[in-house]
Amino acid sequence: MIQGEHITKSYQDVKVLKDVNVIIPEGKITSLIGSNGAGKSTLLSIISRLIKGEGKVSIDGISTAAYQPEELARKLATLRQIINIQVRLTVKELVSFGRYPYSKSKLNNQDKEIVGSAIRYMELEHQSGHFIDQLSGGERQRAFIAMIIAQDTDYILLDEPLNNLDMKHSVQIMKLLRSLVDNHGKTVVLVIHDINFASCYSDYMIVLKNGELLKAGGTEDIIIPELLHEAYDMEFDIREIAGNKICLYYK
Amino acid sequence: MKKTALFLLLGILAAGSFSLFIGVKDISPLDLLHAADEEKVQVFLISRIPRLISILCVGMSMSVAGVIMQQIAGNKFISPSTGSTTDWAKLGILTAILFFPGASTGMKIVISCLFAFGGTLLFMRLLKMIQLKDTVLIPLVGIMFGNVINSLTTYIAYKYDLIQNISSWLQGSFTMVLKGRYELLYMGIPLLFTAAVYANKFTIVSMGRDFSKNLGIKYNLTVNLGLIIVSVITSVVIVTIGSIPFIGLIIPNIVSLYRGDNLRGNILEMSLAGGLFLLLCDIISRLIIYPFEIPISVTAGIIGSVVFLYLLFGRRKHHASA
Repeated sequence: MIQGEHITKSYQDVKVLKDVNVIIPEGKITSLIGSNGAGKSTLLSIISRLIKGEGKVSIDGISTAAYQPEELARKLATLRQIINIQVRLTVKELVSFGRYPYSKSKLNNQDKEIVGSAIRYMELEHQSGHFIDQLSGGERQRAFIAMIIAQDTDYILLDEPLNNLDMKHSVQIMKLLRSLVDNHGKTVVLVIHDINFASCYSDYMIVLKNGELLKAGGTEDIIIPELLHEAYDMEFDIREIAGNKICLYYK
Repeated sequence: MKKTALFLLLGILAAGSFSLFIGVKDISPLDLLHAADEEKVQVFLISRIPRLISILCVGMSMSVAGVIMQQIAGNKFISPSTGSTTDWAKLGILTAILFFPGASTGMKIVISCLFAFGGTLLFMRLLKMIQLKDTVLIPLVGIMFGNVINSLTTYIAYKYDLIQNISSWLQGSFTMVLKGRYELLYMGIPLLFTAAVYANKFTIVSMGRDFSKNLGIKYNLTVNLGLIIVSVITSVVIVTIGSIPFIGLIIPNIVSLYRGDNLRGNILEMSLAGGLFLLLCDIISRLIIYPFEIPISVTAGIIGSVVFLYLLFGRRKHHASA
């Protein structure tokens, strides 16, 4: 369980997070949703110690400040939006870096096996020798996620993992995350813009608005017209299709 | 050993043995074998061999200094000469001469090192503050920043009548390398090994702050360690040989084109390629107006700038199509 208490973050005079208290349950997919500027990415970055904020974050009851960096890197992996990577690494080299917190520079056979299976999991076997700057946006995204999988942490925090992905690969990634949770006992936290992907795949949701916590709860308690209206300032028509709540808001 | 590395090593062996027998004093391998002419053997031992060793040391360490700088700055066009490091190192030496007139070479290196480290750190802070998006603009800012420091150095030197003194570091040259005057360059070798040990960390740092933090790497610490290695190498080379442009810039870029940026996998090729490049530049410098020679910084500058322009436009095109 990840617990955030009184998380506040301001840039100059602008408060982007105001005293947010959240609990992220274990063994579930949790989605952070809300409109642009609601503070989702900032909250995710603070929880994953990428940026500093006020307040306290603890993982399994221990404050993140008390962890050694390498220790935390074996507990929690995080990926932010990838922008313009110029570095020429092959997919395999990149994914191998996921094992760095365990084996530093000397990968043993077990590490190599984990790297290989992460690459297979993301269906990148054919690209494993390619440089990441030669890949398509979607392939690159999958390569980075493969690295996070190779990092083999209890907690996986992803900031908009479906960016740059077409429908097929978006579904593939979400199914994979689902299976990481269901079959491998991982805890996944996502910042996600597509409300229907969030609705179909997550167990738990945290809704932010203007830097404040609007509501947190199970998906069935969140995907209701009134709440979404309040979060996004627009009308939602919600239908149940094949057991999933689908939001209609396109017209 | 990898094929590329072996190939480079053979190149160094061939060019190296060739370079040993170029010079005003006509020495042939047979002369050494018979040891008939004592003077020739002496020239060989006191001048030719030290020269070859120093060229290799400088070439290898400068190209590794360049790649480290590129990785910690996250920019392909940053090197000690385009990131103001060399200019700060020069200002450091001038300061040492000015305030500690009897300073030993070691002392000069220490002070120049401090300047190079502090100055480059300042440059990187500056970059962070102005947040340039265009990767090609960043080295231009570095060159301008370096030129400002350089003019300050020139002004101070002019005022205190030290111009002659500083011009010797402006143009790198191996003509003065004799036994007993170049051994400081050996300092580069342990630094190369340190760089090899930390290679993975530098590559991870080149992927950015978030990426490094995620893998539990102390970003600032690694950047500073890299900067220390770069500053020491730069200062040692400038104090003993003088500045040689471009080598730290083009060699890493060329190696990266073929072998990628995983420093742990290519640091050997990186250093060998640097050594070979400088050796070839030296041979050209010594042959082109034989029996005289032109400063190696001129040869390296001309060849380097052509390659640099090629890389610059090549990368631009590559990015435009991507």
